[in-house]
Amino acid sequence: MEHYLSLFVRAIFIENMALSFFLGMCTFLAISKKVDAALGLGIAVVVVLGITVPVNNLLYTYLLADGALAWAGFPEVDLSFLGLITYIGVIAALVQILEMVLDKYVPALYNALGVFLPLITVNCAIMGASLFMVERDYDLAESAVFGIGSGVGWALAITALAGIREKMKYSDVPDGLRGLGITFITVGLMSLGFMSFGGIDL
Amino acid sequence: MKVKELLLKPILENNPIALQILGICSALAVTSSLKVTLVMCVALTVVCAFSNLFVSLVRNHAPGNIRIIIQMTIIASLVIVVDQVLKAVAYDVSKQLSVFVGLIITNCIVMGRAEAFAMKNPPLPSFLDGIGNGFGYSALLIALGTIRELFGSGKLLGYEILPLATEGGWYVSNGMLLLPPSAFFLIGLIIWGIRAYKPDQVEEEEFKICPNTIKEA
Repeated sequence: MEHYLSLFVRAIFIENMALSFFLGMCTFLAISKKVDAALGLGIAVVVVLGITVPVNNLLYTYLLADGALAWAGFPEVDLSFLGLITYIGVIAALVQILEMVLDKYVPALYNALGVFLPLITVNCAIMGASLFMVERDYDLAESAVFGIGSGVGWALAITALAGIREKMKYSDVPDGLRGLGITFITVGLMSLGFMSFGGIDL
Repeated sequence: MKVKELLLKPILENNPIALQILGICSALAVTSSLKVTLVMCVALTVVCAFSNLFVSLVRNHAPGNIRIIIQMTIIASLVIVVDQVLKAVAYDVSKQLSVFVGLIITNCIVMGRAEAFAMKNPPLPSFLDGIGNGFGYSALLIALGTIRELFGSGKLLGYEILPLATEGGWYVSNGMLLLPPSAFFLIGLIIWGIRAYKPDQVEEEEFKICPNTIKEA
């Protein structure tokens, strides 16, 4: 239990997807003008990450890894080079299914997340989490915890940035820095803050 | 046709990173050493150019509602090829790049150019547009990589340029440049520089601050 808890905390703070690996930056910068929108997108990312990482883990362990097809009678087959195309396919398909399910059964949530769901397919945080899962050899339970944890971390980062940007729109920024430039510098300062978690040993 | 324009415009006037806000993730993560940066630039330029070429070749045969899946498949296949080539030719660099080669798939530059340019233009201009945007991306990444490696560790491509104080030289290295946040600051400053040079890229103010009014007594 302790192991999972420390993995969860590490995924949120120390190895924050957005601020220490720079994943999902495009949406991170584009959808962080308002706190409401940022929160909606953050929740959608948590849900999608929590589902796709374990699913990709199952696919990797039982279909793609070296010797994984032993149960089907092909112990020498190594399909790991198909990993990239499989993960992106799974992500795209899951996002689509999630969209349809939400539309049918939880219309309130669908209306809240609606616009953001398709954007998530091309969010590198989702793809990155699946690739990290493979690189670090997580098992099924670990990958579920890691998926949800990194989603929460990303959501936290984008909501915090949106909060700062909402306050900042009244400030007098030099012409050339206005908009994108000052946002980069703000994110840099936030990332510097998050680096202080780096010394925590779990 | 306007070959020069297609190749050179994305570098300064319409830079994919600084103006279009595309493909920022990898720009930040891989630039702490110049060698890794260069490999990443080549990989991205190749993927971007060929994905534009192939997307443009099939653009008249692909039904509109499944075009995203088609583009994804083309891009993912190209990235797998690049990934396998890197693993075979430059194994240690590909280890350092870790997940970021795979993340070229979700790099918005590739998708964005395929969707915005290659779907509407014939193969050859699309190919050139891919190379041009690859160059625009590379220009910014190489600038970042040079600054970060030179001032962060006193070396370029592993050769010593500024002798470090810790090894008997005179240069006290700035360790922060090797850490993630410095990339954000540097990109912010580069954007400032580009916009100071080309003022038409400056964004509109959301709120205009009222000028000081002097009360007349």
